[in-house]
Amino acid sequence: MSVVFVVLPLALLFVGAGVWAFVRATLSGQYDDLDTPALRMLHDDDGEIKK
Amino acid sequence: MSTSLQLGTTEVRSGADAAMRTAPACAHCGLATASEASDHTAEHVFCCSGCEMVYSMLQSHGLGQYYALPQRRERPARSSGRSYEEFDHATFASLYIRETADGLSRTELYLEGVHCASCVWLVERVPLLLSGVARAELNIRRSLATVEWDAGTLPLSQIARTLDTLGYQAHPFRGVSRDALRQTENRRLLARIGVAGAIAINVMLAALALYSGERNGMDDSYQRFFRWVSLLLTLPAFAWPGRVFFTGALSAFRTRSLHMDVPIAIALAAGLVRGAVNTITNSGPVYFDGLAILIFALLVGRFLQLRGQRLASDSAEMLHALAPSSARIVDGDRVREVPTAALLPGMVMDVRAGECFAADGRVTEGSSSINAALLTGESRPTRVTVGDPVFGGTLNIEAPIRVFVEAAGEESRIARLLQQVEESAQRRAPVVLLANRLAGIFVAVVLVAAVLTFVIKWQYAPQRALDDAIALLIVTCPCALALATPLAITVAIGRAAGNGILVKGGDALELLSVPSTLVLDKTGTLTEGQTTLVAWSGPLWVQPLVHALEVGSSHPLAAGFRRAWGDTSVLSATQSQHFAGNGLEGMVDGTFVRVGAPRWVMAHAHTPHAEIDVALQGLDPSLTPVCVAVDNEVVACAGLGDAIRADALASLRILRHKGWRTIMLSGDSPAVAATVGKTLEFEPSAVSGGNAPEDKLAFIERCKARGERVVMVGDGVNDASAIAAATVGIGVHGGAEACLANADVHLTRPGLATLVELIEGTERTARVIKRNIAFSVAYNLIGGGLAIAGMLTPLIAAVLMPASSITVVVASWMSRTFPQQSERQS
Repeated sequence: MSVVFVVLPLALLFVGAGVWAFVRATLSGQYDDLDTPALRMLHDDDGEIKK
Repeated sequence: MSTSLQLGTTEVRSGADAAMRTAPACAHCGLATASEASDHTAEHVFCCSGCEMVYSMLQSHGLGQYYALPQRRERPARSSGRSYEEFDHATFASLYIRETADGLSRTELYLEGVHCASCVWLVERVPLLLSGVARAELNIRRSLATVEWDAGTLPLSQIARTLDTLGYQAHPFRGVSRDALRQTENRRLLARIGVAGAIAINVMLAALALYSGERNGMDDSYQRFFRWVSLLLTLPAFAWPGRVFFTGALSAFRTRSLHMDVPIAIALAAGLVRGAVNTITNSGPVYFDGLAILIFALLVGRFLQLRGQRLASDSAEMLHALAPSSARIVDGDRVREVPTAALLPGMVMDVRAGECFAADGRVTEGSSSINAALLTGESRPTRVTVGDPVFGGTLNIEAPIRVFVEAAGEESRIARLLQQVEESAQRRAPVVLLANRLAGIFVAVVLVAAVLTFVIKWQYAPQRALDDAIALLIVTCPCALALATPLAITVAIGRAAGNGILVKGGDALELLSVPSTLVLDKTGTLTEGQTTLVAWSGPLWVQPLVHALEVGSSHPLAAGFRRAWGDTSVLSATQSQHFAGNGLEGMVDGTFVRVGAPRWVMAHAHTPHAEIDVALQGLDPSLTPVCVAVDNEVVACAGLGDAIRADALASLRILRHKGWRTIMLSGDSPAVAATVGKTLEFEPSAVSGGNAPEDKLAFIERCKARGERVVMVGDGVNDASAIAAATVGIGVHGGAEACLANADVHLTRPGLATLVELIEGTERTARVIKRNIAFSVAYNLIGGGLAIAGMLTPLIAAVLMPASSITVVVASWMSRTFPQQSERQS
């Protein structure tokens, strides 16, 4: 028995986890708007009142 | 103006500073203020009251940090002051507002004027400004704000008013339900691509092991293991991402039409079945790596195609959102706004100058002139007074009037016309794209070749016959062919959109590349669609005097003078008086000036003027004549009318040279149509005037019945049904909503030069498509030849198939179908 027979299915499990995460993120709408979040992160946290 | 303008720099300037003569910057938008207009004793100065209001609103809510944002919009906050009352109406709610799961209301608003990070910041802080708003999110690319709020405590109109105060006018977004559908479709396609890509990469890794093992002598147990891994990885790629091709092929079979999906499905199925059998029996080649990449590449192509088309139809949607959605009705002694959909016969509408009528009716109060060009194509304004009928969609030019509504909504003339438009759009036969026409031939050729290979090989080398026939089926999978057209079209649609040409479907691009019959509307398409000064005979020193008088008038003819000479006059007029139906008089620069209808001006003049009489006789009959008298002496005459677009003749010449047959259909009187036709070098038989919308439609239908391809170019509702019926309909800049909704192409830049740009772009696109098809056929001939000769190994197949697709992708991307935006601007 070579190590390949064990490691390869294990690697494929990781691939499966990554694919599952991607599909979940896509279907929940993370890739719908690629422009606005890039601008939004430029803003500092708000809510504090500055006079 | 510098972008790093901070609050501190806008401090009050002392008297000594005044010597520098720098105007203080507005504390909100950072633009220079008119120094005399601002109060120098105040802590901050503002360029306008709008900016001041926004500033105090932000400060009082603790949102002053807006002014520390690195990138701010340097534009005064001009509020429109609209009440947005119609946003609270029940009809509006049923059209645009949806309930969310947690009892809130949700709508999408199209905002005018959002463009940078500070806009995102400001719009998304609306919940802090108004209690009751739960969430506001802005999509900057689409200028769409999604708002969720508690309808019980806060009316939508107040949210809209707040956005308006901030300088963003809100419009209801009409595509809400379709948008949700698209979104799920988009997400699913993206997820499919991700899965297909991940699988393709892993199958390729397994294939790498197999190929290198083949060369160096791999243990049989390893080889069997990697084959099984490839098979088990490929199966899900077929089961989910790849299924779209099988369902596509199946529906093509059902409708008995051939589609590119059919040969793709055949190749994929042949490859999978043969590979699975070979894996189980542990003999012969497997093609899993090639198949997995194929699925991935085809899905990416499909995604790009979808995105390109949506970009164009989205932009068109935004233009619709700008159309007026409300009307003001008179309710006792107050006037309130209601959505157009809520208008009923029996109501009385209040229509200001410059507004559109929202329904059909009769004038009950006031008199004005209206522009019915939208409905009739007649470019000259018509006078209406109490008792005269007016129609929805036409424009009130001169004075406020009240209208008793007789027919609204579905019953109005414009709605009936639009219904006709929809019907003719539905009757239109779908266009079969070149690639899909090729699909039929392709399937036949490949199947025959595969059968022949099998039969002939069976005689000589029976053990290789099946493998080679199947290899042929797989390697000729028309991947590149399927990508050839959509990619070229997607790239072209994207580039065209950057140039202000919105193309809604790929078929239009293909159809426009071959010259056929081009039918053009006159008003607004070949001409400017607005009254302007066209002819002038008389001394030039008179012009400033006339200008001074006309600047103060709201008459459409006065607007024509202003369009020619500008909105501000050097001289000013005093004691100016308006005589309805006749003209204007007043004192300018110490002289008494009278401008108006020749009959009226002549009647008041001392002496008849022979020279002016001759000039009047020689005036184009399509123009409205105007005479000018200075100190009761007739000195000049002018002709005002709808001027022909400056680039019209040159553009038409280019198109005619390319082989297009040009025809002009006008709703205007035959005499006017004939003069315009003559100037633009139309053949007399190709010009027709006095056409009602129905006549235009009938003309298009007659042409199509003869088997001709007709391209219709127009701008008004009167062209809409013809545009919808035509093989390709093109709506021009400034056109009516109905016309744009049904047009396949929408030109957002004025002038006919854009039309030439479009046609030339389609010609180049057609060349790119043909080149792509030639590439893919060449690759298929090589691959097919190798397969028939029995020299095709899975490795060659796995290299050949993606290589052909990549060639096509690169060739499409590098193509110059439409000039790129930056090139055009420079």
